[in-house]
Amino acid sequence: MRYLPKSPTDREEMLAEIGVGSIDDLFATIPEEYQLKRDLSIPRQHGESEIIDRFRGYAENNAAGYASFLGAGVYRHYKPVIIDSLVQRGEFLTSYTPYQPEISQGTLQAMFEFQTMICELTGMEIANASMYDGSTGAAEAIMMAVRVTGRNGAVIARTVHPEYREVIATYAQHQEIPVTEIGYASNGRVDIDALDAAITADTACVLIQSPNFFGTIEDVAAIAEVAHAKGALLIVSIAEAISLGIVRPPAEADIVSLEAQSYGVSIGYGGPYCGVIACKEKFLRQMPGRLIGETKDVNGKRGFVLTLSTREQHIRREKATSNICTNQALVALMTTIFLTVYGKEGMSELAEHNLAKAAYLKTALQQSGKVLFEGAPRFHEFVIDLPKRAEETNTSLLEAKIIGGLPLARWYPELGENASLWCATELTTRKQMDAAAAALGKV
Amino acid sequence: MSVEKFVGTPKKVTTHVNQNEDLIFEKSSPGKKAYRLAELDVPAIDVSSLLGDSRRKDLGVMPELSEIEIIRHFTRLSTWNYAIDLGMYPLGSCTMKYNPRVNEAVARLEGIADAHPYQPEALSQGCLQIMKTLSECLIEITGMDAITLQPAAGAHGEFTGILLVRAYHESKGNPRKKILIPDSAHGTNPATAAVCGYQVQNLKSNAQGMVDIEELERLVDEDTAALMLTNPSTIGVFESEIHKIADILHAKGALLYMDGANMNALVGKTRPGDFGVDVMHLNLHKTFSTPHGGGGPGSGPVACKAILERFLPTPVVVVRESGTLGLEYNRPQTVGRVRMFYGNFGMFVRALAYILANGPDGLRQTTEDAVLNANYIRAKLEGTFELPYTTRTLHEVVFSDRLQAKHGVKTGDMGKRLIDYGFHAYTVSFPMIVAGAMMIEPTESESREELDLLIDALKQIAREAVENPELVKTSPHTTRLQRLDETTAARKPILRWKAPIAETPLVVDTAAKEW
Ligand SMILES: Cc1ncc(COP(=O)(O)O)c(C=O)c1O
Repeated sequence: MRYLPKSPTDREEMLAEIGVGSIDDLFATIPEEYQLKRDLSIPRQHGESEIIDRFRGYAENNAAGYASFLGAGVYRHYKPVIIDSLVQRGEFLTSYTPYQPEISQGTLQAMFEFQTMICELTGMEIANASMYDGSTGAAEAIMMAVRVTGRNGAVIARTVHPEYREVIATYAQHQEIPVTEIGYASNGRVDIDALDAAITADTACVLIQSPNFFGTIEDVAAIAEVAHAKGALLIVSIAEAISLGIVRPPAEADIVSLEAQSYGVSIGYGGPYCGVIACKEKFLRQMPGRLIGETKDVNGKRGFVLTLSTREQHIRREKATSNICTNQALVALMTTIFLTVYGKEGMSELAEHNLAKAAYLKTALQQSGKVLFEGAPRFHEFVIDLPKRAEETNTSLLEAKIIGGLPLARWYPELGENASLWCATELTTRKQMDAAAAALGKV
Repeated sequence: MSVEKFVGTPKKVTTHVNQNEDLIFEKSSPGKKAYRLAELDVPAIDVSSLLGDSRRKDLGVMPELSEIEIIRHFTRLSTWNYAIDLGMYPLGSCTMKYNPRVNEAVARLEGIADAHPYQPEALSQGCLQIMKTLSECLIEITGMDAITLQPAAGAHGEFTGILLVRAYHESKGNPRKKILIPDSAHGTNPATAAVCGYQVQNLKSNAQGMVDIEELERLVDEDTAALMLTNPSTIGVFESEIHKIADILHAKGALLYMDGANMNALVGKTRPGDFGVDVMHLNLHKTFSTPHGGGGPGSGPVACKAILERFLPTPVVVVRESGTLGLEYNRPQTVGRVRMFYGNFGMFVRALAYILANGPDGLRQTTEDAVLNANYIRAKLEGTFELPYTTRTLHEVVFSDRLQAKHGVKTGDMGKRLIDYGFHAYTVSFPMIVAGAMMIEPTESESREELDLLIDALKQIAREAVENPELVKTSPHTTRLQRLDETTAARKPILRWKAPIAETPLVVDTAAKEW
């Protein structure tokens, strides 16, 4: 086996040094009846070229060569080449959690830079070193708000990603956190009156998403005012992090839960991505997940360490702020490199391109259907009501090698069978958009 | 670095060569760029008219650098890290094995890396085949009946597994109240039980560091939902009476959850499903070679027996009547979703590539070598360090610092001194049942030469602990930075960089700042 650095002689000599006759002696504590005496029934050992061929085969059974207009919580952006060159350096790729700071300063400093950039982008004062993803991050943010306020309920906008809401429901039920959902107004934004009515003295937090699932940018300041007037915290979830290059950050929020996948992370059929929680400093002690802090070594040199771990499971056990241990460090590094490549000016230029592409797509598709939720600003996604069932329309589009927008009836039956969610990013070409418009015209 | 810091000459390391490097923000200067966007092929837009008040005006301290500076920045930072690629990483419980590079290559193939989770089923058959094949392999390896790949890491797998336990008991009319957890368990176990709404009941280990069967019998009752057991335990010992443990639980209607963090000791040699486990998680980032990446990402599939299958998170991969694969959402008794989409798919690709590279013979040999390596270290260092539990161990060995502590040298000090010898420290102070624990897990990826170097280094350190304890207590000496002040870091947390005061506008309230 090519990964194993031992010769048969090594093995024999080592067994002799240990003082046992055979390798099976070392497994003697496993009761005889549970010892597996046969080969596992799994595929045989493959050569490296066979492995690559096999995965090429899998890849060919997917959607290579299609133009896709899917977004809905995961976005196709250009990934600068240097991201992969850098994260594939063994020193980053094959190191563990930086528990020994003297030989982990690379990861630690990069994560400190990550935390700083996330604060700057979100308008928050502190950020952790990542959560699993945006959906679990949102659930953890709610549990955090419950601890901070000593209140129990959560009010959640229906325009938060449906799968985030499902994950939140899974977490909330056993914490006995009652969740109330509130609808949207005709402009696609949170229905503020309904929100106001839903917040009670038991409401720990309000959770919204902006840009929301329909692509609409929420009026965060107005929502914050309503939440804060009744003593509830405001959590803003952001699924499209590129928007922060051009959209005002949710600085009025108390907690921001960001999915940073858009910052140079492949969409990769759903993961790994990079969640992160940022918040006001006063909530520090209730923050879940790892935090990197600046300090000095005995010689006075600046350095970084994992800090405030008395919040975490390995110290606090059942009283910890979360059970999270392994996070998404390498993906957080990818996002840090991405943000460094685009930087202060590039982030807004990139976001502007996304805005421009979506504006073009909207105009092009409007010839075939009606764009819903006009009257509020949006980023790069919109809902369109087409003349036929969205599923059917999409099936016809496949002939033109086009993957249409996401049919919404599964989660928003009130929008009917014909509504779908379309997305354009900087990578969507005019040619693709013209082709989609033409193909839609023929459906 | 001064060579005098060593008694004799260290074989492996001389000094950690690296350069100084400021924070990225300190290297930034206005107007530098590392990007150029593609030419905009659609009309430009008027941002203000589209966004109105929602328009952002400033991106604060976001950096501005050129591409070469970015490459150097992160390359220099990388040289400050220790890594498996540089040498043995004997962190117990973490299974720091070689991360094959072909895994990285296949995970980045076009068609896989750019597959959208909502693309039509017919155009996702390759991804679904990867998930199905990996699931089948893991079911066979664990001897269980069903699996979900959705959890994002070990702790998330525990959460999912305990939710299955809860749903099972609820289906019988009572979720029950408590989860039993041995005192040797990892911190995520009790933290998970709490997140799932259970009380934690501590189970004391016996004199061998194993489950105290009598104590277990005494504690298990109709309120016990499950026992969360790590097997082999965190001291590396296989629970020989595992079936009895399962029987005791089952007799009271409780379930046996296995923390599979230590599966690298078992793959191909025995199967949890055969010895009475009802539900367990795997760590693809330990046993199945996906890289740790400085702390993540992981992947924590949960395998279970048929009695729990209907509660698995949605969606599950199914074979449609037409023979194609699909994602099934309609499962009325599901515990729900634990993560959006289908989990850390990129890790599935890597884990499957690892299984294919090994095959049944390779996986068995891997386990045997992992156990051989750990026992070799144990045999060579027994006597040098105290072995608090002498029961036969599998893939790791836990010594204690008792002999050295007499000279004021603790496990943490020796771990740090190991760094001077060119290794990462072993796991320090875990498990909690061993005072001054030194937990060593070599994995199968180490050659005999590398093992001998570690053994020599540890023997030398034991000698230093007697002859020159200060040398060990002030280590490491060869690193860029020496011991860091963790107390001040926690007392006065600095969690982000800020521009030097002179350049900071005098605005304190974030909400009022102009964005
Ligand atoms: C025994 C044990 N259980 C659980 C975990 C948690 O796994 P993860 O870090 O993937 O969440 C670990 C990992 O450190 C472990 O060693």
